[in-house]
Amino acid sequence: MNGPALDTLLATHGPVLPVVLPLLAGALLLLLESARSQALQRWVPWVSATATFALLALAALLLRQASGGEVQAYLVGNWPAPFGISLALDRLGALMVLLTAAVACTALVYALGGMAARGLHFHALFQFQLMGLNGAFLTADLFNLFVFFEVLLAASYGLLLHGRGAGQRQRLQAAVHYVTFNLAGSSLFLIALGLLYGVTGTLNMADLAHKLPVLPPGDVRLAQVAALLLLTVFAVKAALLPLYFWLPDTYAAASAPVGALFAIMTKVGVYAVLRVTTLVFGAEVAAPFLSLLALATLALAAVGALAATRLRGLVAYLVVASAGTLLLAAGLGSEGTLAAGLFYLINSTLVAAAWFLLADRIAAARGGSDLLQPRPLGGGWALPGAAFFVAAVAVAGVPPLAGFMGKALLLQAAGPLPMGPWVVAGVLASSLAVMVALARAGSVIFWKSAQVGAAAPDASPAHATALAGVLAAVLALAAAAGPISAYTGAAAGQLLQRQGYIDAVLGARPAPAAWDVRKEMRERGDAK
Amino acid sequence: MLLLLTLSIGTLTAGGVWLLLRARSFDAILGLTLLSYAVNLFLFATGRPRVDAEPILTPGVAATLANTTDPLPQALVLTAIVIAFAMTALLLAIALRARAETGSDHVDSKEPQ
Repeated sequence: MNGPALDTLLATHGPVLPVVLPLLAGALLLLLESARSQALQRWVPWVSATATFALLALAALLLRQASGGEVQAYLVGNWPAPFGISLALDRLGALMVLLTAAVACTALVYALGGMAARGLHFHALFQFQLMGLNGAFLTADLFNLFVFFEVLLAASYGLLLHGRGAGQRQRLQAAVHYVTFNLAGSSLFLIALGLLYGVTGTLNMADLAHKLPVLPPGDVRLAQVAALLLLTVFAVKAALLPLYFWLPDTYAAASAPVGALFAIMTKVGVYAVLRVTTLVFGAEVAAPFLSLLALATLALAAVGALAATRLRGLVAYLVVASAGTLLLAAGLGSEGTLAAGLFYLINSTLVAAAWFLLADRIAAARGGSDLLQPRPLGGGWALPGAAFFVAAVAVAGVPPLAGFMGKALLLQAAGPLPMGPWVVAGVLASSLAVMVALARAGSVIFWKSAQVGAAAPDASPAHATALAGVLAAVLALAAAAGPISAYTGAAAGQLLQRQGYIDAVLGARPAPAAWDVRKEMRERGDAK
Repeated sequence: MLLLLTLSIGTLTAGGVWLLLRARSFDAILGLTLLSYAVNLFLFATGRPRVDAEPILTPGVAATLANTTDPLPQALVLTAIVIAFAMTALLLAIALRARAETGSDHVDSKEPQ
């Protein structure tokens, strides 16, 4: 496809493409993976990799398009909002889609090193998960958000159980908890949507933003109940304090590439919290609870990281800690904290993905065990040690990497706020605890363990490529911190200027029909 | 009718939550099923159901919600039913597999001491 044609396609259908591409790829992969012929099955990794890297390129193009600051609304089925479902692409949505694609490429390359073949339909489930994630990031309709949540959850149930042999029992047990908990969460989601529809008569986010401020006084309380129910559901996904207990077991049980992909899943919850608090309900609906709970989450995640007995458990608590930091930024709700939170989100997602892959490599080099006890380490410690060091610096928020910059920006923005001292103390204390936990884990794994010659039996170049790629991205994030923080600042500004989003969605006009059936029927005399 | 609807939603929710808290996978699945019935009825109720309203637009009757029923909650319920059904089936499959692998239908895969 040449340049102008691609530009027109992006300008007219841009927001729907990141949903359609994985859907088509997933459907094709489902057929290929079920094919009897070996010749067809050989195509599976190629198709999957092509689709995922094409998604990365597409996401980059969409980010370039969104960086201008215009919100692009898309009417699915060509019905005007609020009657049909709308999608909308703004700076935040484009950023999340690009991040999803980047993590997906890493996880997929790693999975091609052997994990994908250990079970059925890995690639199809992977693509469907991407479809659900992208849809959740792009939709401008709350019920549609629910549907995309279910799509990504259904795929994640399958991916969580993926893999034979070691850990199967643990995965099953984690899956029972995870699925049950999320189904109960879905019920709450539907109740909240029902309440909102009952009082406003719409589920389009832009239209809701319009109608909620002018509700009759009797309905205001009901709308608040609905808002807090919705936030509860998103807190389940984002792993906020009383609702995060499912996460460590689930993420520790998942296979490495799946865990890496799941690094973006908690961010869906954070994204949804950001979207509904800035666009629909206004930050004040959650202001008192959210930042306090986020601080408590940070504290407990630090305790969990210190108490972890396995490396994967430690990594899962790192995910909880990063979710706590992000929700803290969202709960404080000023433009500065949102911008810092978005910057930190990019770093924490990439580095969490890196940690899941690295933990798997280290476990493989120690004969399959990730218990934090001295064990012989095979294959030399230079490379995994260096990777461990970079990832630890990036996740704990130590200079010079982007984790530090994100936290510094957050502290700078939060300082003048009333909660400032608590935020500074909480974030710094949790960083210290994470650093101590990682230093202890690293010294047990690399220094207290004997070195043996044999490398991990399943080592593959794909593993090293994926890990090197994601760590390079983490380093590049620090190098390109200037432009990236300019972008996240602009994204936060756009979030708080919600009128632009509302106007774009409600003002989108259906495309004129290329083929007017009714007119033709009238002319032929078929219609009355 | 409204009282009946409200009572059914309340009873189903109470039963669903009670069963869900019973830490056995079979009970939890039944509880989730009851909960999804309650949610479906609730969604249906948000369309302000009335007796004797026109189901579809009819010539001669003004096309407002005062004269016809609201079709959107029914569409929402339909979607919710499909999703809840599929998810429950999936959970059932996982729970059966966990029962077969671990020999216990406790949600923690081991009998409490």
